Amino acid sequence: MSAAVTTHIDDSKTLWGGGVEPLKASYGKLMMWFFLLSDTFSFSGLLIAYGFIRFSNLAHDPSITGFSPDHWPIPEHVFTHIPFWHGHAPLVFVGFMTFVLIMSSVTMVLAVEAGHRMDKKAVEKWMLWTIFGGFVFLGSQAWEWSIFIAGIDGHTASLVSNPYGPPAFADLFFFITGFHGTHVTSGVILNIVIFFNVVMGLYERRGSYEMVEKVGLYWHFVDLVWVFVFTFFYLV
Amino acid sequence: MSHGHGHSSHTQSHAVEIPAPQTKWIWKTFWILTAITAFEFLIAFIKGPLHLPHLLVVTVFITLTLVKAFYIVADFMHLKHESKTLIMSLALPIIFILWLIASQLNEGSYVFDAIHNFHNFLTK
Repeated sequence: MSAAVTTHIDDSKTLWGGGVEPLKASYGKLMMWFFLLSDTFSFSGLLIAYGFIRFSNLAHDPSITGFSPDHWPIPEHVFTHIPFWHGHAPLVFVGFMTFVLIMSSVTMVLAVEAGHRMDKKAVEKWMLWTIFGGFVFLGSQAWEWSIFIAGIDGHTASLVSNPYGPPAFADLFFFITGFHGTHVTSGVILNIVIFFNVVMGLYERRGSYEMVEKVGLYWHFVDLVWVFVFTFFYLV
Repeated sequence: MSHGHGHSSHTQSHAVEIPAPQTKWIWKTFWILTAITAFEFLIAFIKGPLHLPHLLVVTVFITLTLVKAFYIVADFMHLKHESKTLIMSLALPIIFILWLIASQLNEGSYVFDAIHNFHNFLTK
């Protein structure tokens, strides 16, 4: 207890002398957190726009078989395809994508944990797995987009028209999953840059793997956003 | 990874021993997230056959989503170990999002009435 009090007094002495981290987090980490807060607002704007537009359209009518251009579709009727199999598998592929992102979030924390122990080889290994997971997710999303755009019986999906429901449904699909996919893409690029620095021994020489932690924050945020996209675009 | 191990050992041979990994809490969080996602799937598949009320299903989905979000932010992003001021300065602005959700969903149903239910819209 007395040690803590001493530290506190030291802090107040040097508070304006530089070298003190406000909120006990480094500048880079704080800025990443506040950037992610602003990004939360961007994604909230998109998902709330989805709610607004869905609420201003006619809800799905169970008495109509198939899709109607006037009624908002039920997502599990739209996303029913999985690769290499021609059966009816609602939401299975998007479940796989969700699992891939959770898994790559786990490998990212494992990289951060290895960084705390200054275990260069383990950081390299887990960063590589994280990058791999990112590519699997992006490939899956590209496949899902191509199936979505291919549409039904020659009626393709675009920004002006789609076979599933009102035009806004496809617009929001492209904007929301696209904006998220763009984030995954930049996350993969950042991860590759940091992986390269790890391999070159930059953080080993610096004596800290905090950069891995900072890109880790971004990567987890991308996973976090997907959790919400999954619920509000695919489940409800 | 074994081919790279000998390479690094000559730079680390004089450094301190690398401590053993402490990953139990990471896998615990992983299983929580996976189990919740699996449960959400279960509901998505049984809600039709069991005729579960829509409001109940949506409430369960949103609650589980918030639980997952909590575990990702608190554990994976390490926020629960940050200073309380940092936690609050990130959590409190979410109030604006809650306001936006409430106002825009309400507004959306007014627009619905204006388009599809014009008589009701005039008498509201």
